[in-house]
Amino acid sequence: MAASSPPLLFPAGPLPWLVPGVVTGCAVPGVAIASRLLRGTLGANPVAEALNELGLLALVLLLASLACTPLKTLTGWTWPIRTRKALGLAGFSYATLHLLTYALVDQALDLRAIAKDLATRPFILVGFAAFLLLVPLAVTSTPRMLKRLGFARWKRLHRLAYLTAVLGVIHFFLRVKKDVTEPAVYGAVLAALFAVRLAVLVKERLARSARGRSPG
Amino acid sequence: MSRLPKEPPAAAITPEGLYLRRREFIKNAALFAGTSAALGGGLLGLLGSPRATKKAPADGTIPAQPRIEASPAPLYTVDEPLTPYDSVTTYNNFYELGLSKSAPAENAGTLRPRPWTITVEGEVKQEQRLDLDTLLGWFKPEERVYRMRCVEAWSMVIPWLGFPLAALVKRLEPTSRAKYVAFTTLRDPEQLPGQNRDVLEWPYVEGLRMDEAVHPLTLLAVGLYGKALPGQNGAPLRLVVPWKYGFKGIKSIVKIRFTEQQPKATWNSSAPGEYGFYANVNPAVDHPRWSQATERRIGEIRRRPTLPFNGYADAVADLYTGMDLRRSF
Repeated sequence: MAASSPPLLFPAGPLPWLVPGVVTGCAVPGVAIASRLLRGTLGANPVAEALNELGLLALVLLLASLACTPLKTLTGWTWPIRTRKALGLAGFSYATLHLLTYALVDQALDLRAIAKDLATRPFILVGFAAFLLLVPLAVTSTPRMLKRLGFARWKRLHRLAYLTAVLGVIHFFLRVKKDVTEPAVYGAVLAALFAVRLAVLVKERLARSARGRSPG
Repeated sequence: MSRLPKEPPAAAITPEGLYLRRREFIKNAALFAGTSAALGGGLLGLLGSPRATKKAPADGTIPAQPRIEASPAPLYTVDEPLTPYDSVTTYNNFYELGLSKSAPAENAGTLRPRPWTITVEGEVKQEQRLDLDTLLGWFKPEERVYRMRCVEAWSMVIPWLGFPLAALVKRLEPTSRAKYVAFTTLRDPEQLPGQNRDVLEWPYVEGLRMDEAVHPLTLLAVGLYGKALPGQNGAPLRLVVPWKYGFKGIKSIVKIRFTEQQPKATWNSSAPGEYGFYANVNPAVDHPRWSQATERRIGEIRRRPTLPFNGYADAVADLYTGMDLRRSF
């Protein structure tokens, strides 16, 4: 009886708390940044601080969304897959805020300065490319778009997320002045995710060729 | 014997279905709260926000610095609003005390500015080791308000206390072979724990051409805002060269060496394509990764144009006549 009546506040289905919890958790640092900005406790250079923190959040959440499938592969758990979309969209939101902070606040929408940055500074160009690649993924994140594209095509399109993450890590590497520890950590995480997916691919190939016996 | 309380009326008893849902709701709510708290907390931890909120200095608890008597030097005072003391002392690049902007202020407690010895060596009349207080006794500190332009495209206006380097150079009597002056920061990982990590080659070294060193604008600073330098600003003695990027202003100096050859400066040798030996503020020569045409004055949101030689061109441009400042950046 309890199961059949609509649950209070939470959506129906298993683990109804999971996605709302992930969405709220993802919003926490954004709210914290906004509150520190309003209270003037974002440090002496709040624009640079907000830029750095929003960019880092975008990268971390994108990597987290990419970690869902490998995590399922390694553990057999299915719950990570349910959080993937929320994590990816949260990462995209922070990437958008990061870009808006750069364009509207840091550069005060000085289009000439922005164009010059894009043309002459690889790290800005790489970051911008990463953002552009995220847009089609965010747009096609709804179930309706998935149906319209068909699963196979949708899946191929969403592999772009890996490219975005690579560009995001490069963007971070090019930005730091001297100490590359932090970007190296995220680069290593990304490499580990690639390694899991590669291992799965190799295993599948081997299984297929074993079944087919003569590969032609 | 205790008596059982009276049973509630049947109407007040929660129906079984609702009761079950209540438990389910509480469980869901608890798991929801746990998930969002764990994820939110984890993300805040990655941002290092606890560090930022911990920063005691912002609450006005920077250890009180002793006052220093100084006379104002109106000739060397720019008429621009001062950057607040809290910003000047909590937003620092001093890798020896940590890599973030707030770390130096948090970690400065390990640096002991007294007793302090300055070693003088190289092409000089007499190589010697000087107690800092002896050296400071020779000069009367003055207050000068300078612009400070960091190579990272932010800037401040700081009321320094100090004396012209020229006065010290004159007193030390370098030989005619001395073409440059090199400065070295204290090397002591106990006082400067950032030196435990090989981010840069320690100790930090900076240098000036002799004519730059004896230019009247070049200052050896012992304080700011009427008080002794806090550790994060380079206590007890630092260099201030207002027409050059901030990294030329070497902190916590223990050695002054006069040389015939151009000294190997730390950032310059670490990334020669990005940080030149001269490092004159120049809006026309960009850093390879960012523009130097504009800067953000700390405390302001909008960028402002960067001035050639940080606005000191009238005083110093002559030093570089005939030089290609694009090549010798």
